[in-house]
Order: sequence, then structure tokens, then C-alpha cells
Amino acid sequence: MTDPAASAFSTPDALKRLKRRRAADVRFRLYGMGAIFLALGALVLLAMSIGAQAVSAATYHVVRYDITLDPAVITPPGEETPEEIARNVDGFWELLRDNLLATFPEANKDRAARMEVSEFVTRLAVLPTAKRVASQPQLLGNAITLKAPLNDDLDLYLKGQAFAERRVGTGAISGVLPQDDGSAQIEGQGAFAPIKTAMMTLEADGINLSEASVLLTSGSSTGRLHDIQSDSASIELLTGTLEAFQGSSATARIIALPEAQRVISDQQIAWTLALKDMDRISRVPRWSLLTNSDSTYPELAGGLAALVGSLFTMLVTALVAIPIGILAAVYLEEFAPKNRLTDFIEVNINNLAAVPSIVFGLLGAAVYINFLGMPRSAPLVGGLVLALMTFPVVIIAARAALKAVPPSVRSGALAIGASQMQTVFHHVVPLAAPGIFTGAILGMARALGETAPLLLIGMVAFVGDVPTSPTDESTVMPVLIYTWSNNAERAWEPMTSAMIVILLAVLLLMNGLVVFLRRKYERRW
Amino acid sequence: MDTDHRPQTDGAVVAPDADAPPAAPPRIDCRDIRVFYGATQAIHNVSMSFPDRAVTALIGPSGCGKSTFLRCLNRMNDTIENCRVEGQILMDGQDINDHSIDAVLLRSRVGMVFQKPNPFPKSIYDNIAYGPRIHGLASGREDLDAIVEKSLRRAGLWEEVKDRLQAPGTSLSGGQQQRLCIARAIAVRPEVILMDEPCSALDPVATARIEELIDELRKRYCIVIVTHSMQQAARVSQRTAFFHLGNLIEMGETEQIFTNPREKRTEDYITGRYG
Repeated sequence: MTDPAASAFSTPDALKRLKRRRAADVRFRLYGMGAIFLALGALVLLAMSIGAQAVSAATYHVVRYDITLDPAVITPPGEETPEEIARNVDGFWELLRDNLLATFPEANKDRAARMEVSEFVTRLAVLPTAKRVASQPQLLGNAITLKAPLNDDLDLYLKGQAFAERRVGTGAISGVLPQDDGSAQIEGQGAFAPIKTAMMTLEADGINLSEASVLLTSGSSTGRLHDIQSDSASIELLTGTLEAFQGSSATARIIALPEAQRVISDQQIAWTLALKDMDRISRVPRWSLLTNSDSTYPELAGGLAALVGSLFTMLVTALVAIPIGILAAVYLEEFAPKNRLTDFIEVNINNLAAVPSIVFGLLGAAVYINFLGMPRSAPLVGGLVLALMTFPVVIIAARAALKAVPPSVRSGALAIGASQMQTVFHHVVPLAAPGIFTGAILGMARALGETAPLLLIGMVAFVGDVPTSPTDESTVMPVLIYTWSNNAERAWEPMTSAMIVILLAVLLLMNGLVVFLRRKYERRW
Repeated sequence: MDTDHRPQTDGAVVAPDADAPPAAPPRIDCRDIRVFYGATQAIHNVSMSFPDRAVTALIGPSGCGKSTFLRCLNRMNDTIENCRVEGQILMDGQDINDHSIDAVLLRSRVGMVFQKPNPFPKSIYDNIAYGPRIHGLASGREDLDAIVEKSLRRAGLWEEVKDRLQAPGTSLSGGQQQRLCIARAIAVRPEVILMDEPCSALDPVATARIEELIDELRKRYCIVIVTHSMQQAARVSQRTAFFHLGNLIEMGETEQIFTNPREKRTEDYITGRYG
């Protein structure tokens, strides 16, 4: 302890304390990093689970049809006006179905087969074509090419999301011997050994193959295999020709799920594979998600009506909540005397912002619909309900922004003789504007994602038409997501995810707008 | 009567003001001013008057009420919740606290410059033009341009900013900002200019510049300045008032206050014994 400076810095007591303080520092940093890591992890998980589903729904399979617009079918006597043509969905649909029946002659054999082929395309899928032909009657009698969405279950099958399927290649098939019962015996030295091996592996994994289907495909021809031996098997032709298998190496598909438990039959799979082989099926971006309205058929459904409904709702909300909120905030912050009454109002505005949104829905149903007699399910009512919910948020944000404006700005303006209103609107509000608009847009973003209050005012109804005014029946995006997620068919699941991604994109757009506004107008003083 | 054809830095000469206030000292006469913040009395029965075309300095330790008193003169205390002003403040024989006087009009006659430069976050031009615009002092664009130029010249800022009038006022240096605020106050043609420690946020060079400016402005306006710097009070003012604990202790010619104070407390303060 000869050096007094060193001793002052290194007493054992001080060192011990320093160590504890450092440890606390490091601990806090670790907690912080842990929290951020958790949050990021949750975000990535969400993005992955929704994103993966949404990506699958972003594309879908369409089937190409080369048809002749037979006037006898499209314009039966007495139904020749454009309106009647547009309404003659059945006629157009028959043309598509007949096209498929011509492609697959075996589908004509009985009613059940015709039904199965009918399921390839839904009637409503031809509506755009019907409208096009109605507006261009010169197309009548001509050959046209059109693409219609494939049935959603077959679409999922092609995307590999329907059920588990094991694909194996066979060896060369040397002989095809037709039998009396319509089936055939196919042979090849060890040709079917890979199938047997694959089936044994599957069974070893505990998969029950007692009712499994084994489909053998070569080119456009597909058949169902029975009695599979290493060198031979019996094939029951589903579509195409037996000759296709002669001398070829075919692909076998082992589907463990019994046909009776599937929504699509072996026959439909065979036809789908054949259409694919004929290059009539292509996978295209599903723009219909943005251009179509809701439908009971997932392959036709889209979010346009909900998007427009959301837009109208937000318009009403913005027009009501933002001016009222901002003006109320300006009054409370800049003009109102500070007394018990204004304190009470302030507390209650804060409380209002914390009220569960469904309560606003009940209020809206009781006041707007029952008492004021406004239309049910309309964006007008939805927007007003959401405005009730949003404006306390706007008030709180705007007041915070106004409070942040330095008092020197107010004094400066007052001191040169500006009236209080001039001071507020010429100097204070412009400075607070970025903060006010941030609050307003974040409040709107919250309203955009709101579902509960809208359910109560009937915006949950199925809406097939795009609303044209705020008083039309309508739904909004989050409610559409809710509706779709309740649907039974498997195909709705990726559709729901895709809709969620669209909603998130709109929200991101709004948040981007906030950042842009801040960057552009934020001034330092 | 307005004879100060002041030579400008660029050699130009500004025509005399037709609207310059007539000399009629005292400009402001205060009688028995009492100010309360809620139940607390901040100013006790202060009576004093401010001569025209002279600088009166208010000095005193922190919290002695000199700023509060200054803010009575343009009724800026109105904007403070719970603040109550009693007594008479006469300007042209009228009580400015009278209900018939609008604070907005009063403030156009009694300008104010604050401790911290507070230009509006607008362009230099708009900072000056704002006051004339709201008071309707300019009849057109050219008129407004002339007011802006004249105000900036009087504040000694014209040469420095004439090429960048559209630049934001906040882009100027602290001293320039304070001169901009002075120009802004001048632009609405006040008769009285109140300055609340206008140099406390500035460096010595900028301070000297402002002090020169105050000395120039004295020829046209009645100036009341609150300052913590006794040197500054001695340099710029003709009259000085010493406040302590809300009381006016002593008021007189600046020279007399600093060389020969009558009150013991004044002497203690200016010799640095407390404060």
C-alpha cells in the first residue's frame, strides 16, 4: 500500500462490490437477449407455420379444356339474350364435362363414373367464361381454350398434401395378358419386386396395407394392381390402354389409406394423373384469392369481398374515430381546464381503451341496429363500432404527442400575440402530427384485425358479392379468416393461411406508412 | 422625432419608422402588484414604472419572482394554471388586466424574448412573417417581405441569413436563433420588449452581440430585461431593480444601484455575498 491511488481503487471490499455489480450487469444483458430470442423464435415459428401453408395456397392446379361453344348447349331456344347466356352456367359446365367424358370414354360406363368425372370441375368455375361469352356473342360456335380450377381435393392430392403415398418405380414389364374379366396379367422378371419391398417396409413401420390401393401408371394409363408377386401382378385398368404398359417401366403408387375413407377415388386419381400426363394440368398462381369473392368451393373462393368490406369499414372508422379523437385530444390537452371533471374524463377514456372489444359489439348491436335501425352486416355499422373502440386509442396517442411538444413553442407563439387556437393549430398540432398519425394508424391497424365485435353485428354472414357501398352486406378479412378456419374441407386450411398472410400484408403496409410518415415529418426542435 | 437613421452593416440606411411609438415615459406603470400561485404569494406589493426608450434590468437571486413579475407585463401568467395577478398595470393609462383588454392584442404591443431561443420549426422567413400575418400588418407579399427584411436588419441578422431565408430557423446557431426571436418580436411592431434572461443559453461572443443589439433597440423601445448576470445588467441597463423573495427591494439608476446601493441586501447581493 505504498501507492495511495492504487489502494483507493483496489480495496477488497470495493473489488467485491464491483464484481457483484458487473455480474448483475451481465445477468441483465442475458435476460434481455433471452427475451429477444424468445420473441424472435415465436415470430419465426408463426411465419413458418403460416407461411408454409400459405405458399401452398398461393398456387393451384387448373385444367385446360379445348371446347367448342356449341350454340345448341349454350343458347337453347328461348334463352339467347346475353343475360341468359351469362346465367347458363349449366350449359357451359356440360361442355367441360362432356370434354372430360370424351377424353375418358370409360367414364361413360355408368352413372357413378359420370358422377366422379363431374366432380373434376365445379359448376361455378365456368361463370367467368359464361360472362365472357355473353359479352362477346361472336365466340358462339367457335372453339375456345379455357382453364378451370381443378377440384380442391385433387389439387391437394397433386400438391402431395392429401394423404401419404409411396411411389416406387417398377422393372421392365415384358408381357401383358388380357383376362376374360377385363383385367390383365402383367409380367416381368423381378419387375414388381420393388413394390413388394416397399410394402414390406411400410408394414414393418406399422402401417396397415390390408385395404391399400396400389396404382400402376405408365404414360396416361393407370391401373390398380392385385396379387402382386415379384414377377407378375394382376392389373385392373382404370384409364388408358393396356398396351401402354407393354415393355415400359411403370410407376407404382402405394396408398395405404383405404379408398372408402378418402374423398377422392382411385379412378379420380387415375384420371388426374392422365390429365397431367397430357399436359392439361398446370400449376398457376392463385390470383383468384385476391380477385374472387367467397365461395363454398375452396378452389373458387377469394378474399376480394372481405378486402373491400374491410376497406369500407376502415373508411367509416377513420372518418369517425380520427377527427373525433384528434379534436378531443387537442381540446383536453390544450384548452380544457385542469379540474376534477377533466381528470374524471381522462381516467374514463383510459378505461374505455381497455374495454374488451366484444362489449363494443354488443353496444353496436343494441344501439346502431336495434335502436337506430341501421342495416345489419354493413360496413357502416361495423365501422362505427370499431370507431368507438379506436377513438380512445387515438385520443391517448394524440395527447401523448401533444404533451411532447415543448412548451417553449406555445410560449413563443403566444408571446407574439397568437390566439390560443392559432398557437395550437399553427404550431403545436403540426409538431405533434407525426405522433398523432402514428397513434391513429396503429389504432386503425388494431381495428382492422378485430373480429369479435363484428361477429355480433352480423358481419359474419356469407358474402358472395363485392360490396359497393358501406351499407351493403359485407364481411371483413379477420372474420373471413375465422369463417374459413371453421370449414371442414382440408383445402380450407392453406386458404386460411393465405388469407392471414394477406391480412398481415395489409397491416405491414399500414405500419410501413407509419414509419414513412414519421421519417418524413418528424422534426427536431 | 424618430431620428435614429441607423447605419446598417451593409451601409444601407433604413427609413425612419412612421409607426414608431411616441416618447411618453413612463411607458408602463405598475401599482401594488401581487401574484399568487394557488395559495402561495410570489410577488408582494410591487410598484414600479418602466421608462420608454430605456433598458430596465430586473436582478435578484433565483426564485425571487423577477421572471414572474416580467410575465405579468404581457399577461403570460394567464396561461399558467392557478396563477392570479392582482394590482394595476397601466399602459397608456389603461389597466392591461382589465377585461376590456384582449391579451392577444396586448402581446402584439408587448413582445417577449425567452431564456432559451425558441424559433418556430419553420423557415427563417416564416418565423418573422408569422406575427405580421396573424395581426394583418402586411397588405401584400411585398409588404411582408419588407417587414421581414426590416425586422432582420434591426436584429442585426439580415446579413447572415439573407441568402437562406427559406432555411429552417432551427438550423441557425444559438445566438442567431436568439436574434431571430428578437426579430420575430420586433416584426409585430411592439412598443415594449420583455427579455427573460435572453443570454443565459449563449456563449460570451453571442452574448456580446445580443447586448449590442439591446443597446441599439433601446433607441426605439421600452425594454425590460431579467438577468442573472450583474455585469450584463450594469452594461446594458439604465435602470435596475433588485428583487428578493418576491419583494422589490430597491430600484434606481443602474450606476447608483451598483456603486451606491441604499439597501444592505442589495449591496450584499451585488457584491456576491448571497444569491
